[in-house]
Amino acid sequence: MDADKVFKALGDPTRRQLLDLLYERNGQTLGELCEHLDMARQSTTQHLGILEAANLVSTVWRGREKLHFINPVPLQEVYERWVRKFERQRLGLLHDLKKELEGKSE
Amino acid sequence: MNTTRKEKTSFVYVTYIRSTPEKVFEAITKPEVTRRYWGHENVSEWRPGADWQHVRTDAQRTVNLVGKVVEVAPPTRLVITWASPAQAADPDSISRVSFDIVPYDDMVRLTVTHEELEAGSGMATGIQHGWPIVLSSLKSLLETGQGIDVFAKPKSA
Repeated sequence: MDADKVFKALGDPTRRQLLDLLYERNGQTLGELCEHLDMARQSTTQHLGILEAANLVSTVWRGREKLHFINPVPLQEVYERWVRKFERQRLGLLHDLKKELEGKSE
Repeated sequence: MNTTRKEKTSFVYVTYIRSTPEKVFEAITKPEVTRRYWGHENVSEWRPGADWQHVRTDAQRTVNLVGKVVEVAPPTRLVITWASPAQAADPDSISRVSFDIVPYDDMVRLTVTHEELEAGSGMATGIQHGWPIVLSSLKSLLETGQGIDVFAKPKSA
């Protein structure tokens, strides 16, 4: 939703680790995530809050458990905006080169 | 884990779109809109119990997904079952997708919850790749009038 929040959220190794943990197994509780991290529960909650504000993590209540899910949609938007544009430009250059080289033999 | 039931997995995807709930609901259920950002048409009468089909928008008109409509409450909620046509008879291969649409500031928050997927199945892998692209294409269409090419591949592929 907000690219600044996405980049800021990604600019921290613990938060990237949290995303990796959720990628490995989606829908974990705070307790489950804490098992893999060497830090206080409260700090983990804060990191998850920043990831949630950036819409990189979404949460669902199942009974009394709050489950955390990785939400890669903002990453896709960053990819569209910051990666694919340049890939396309490179493809365009290759296409021009190919036309130029192949055109000669026609 | 018991041995008779296969392990299941679920995914929750969220996107915020500058649009109205009505337009987002329409974008999921109207074939002439879905084809513009999804490369497929979602075809159904959209009443509980009705069939729905996900039809590729090309000359072959291949049906790539099938299912039943479980719940329809325009413009806030839609629940469908989801399976590849070849596996539609196997209950283990039928998953469920809920679309929840709520106004959020001047935007709409669209949550797609995909549940009851067989862990590690081709379908689970496919939707993990697919949903972020489809949702970002939907957002792009509704906000800019232009979807993205959902079939685009890296040039090495």
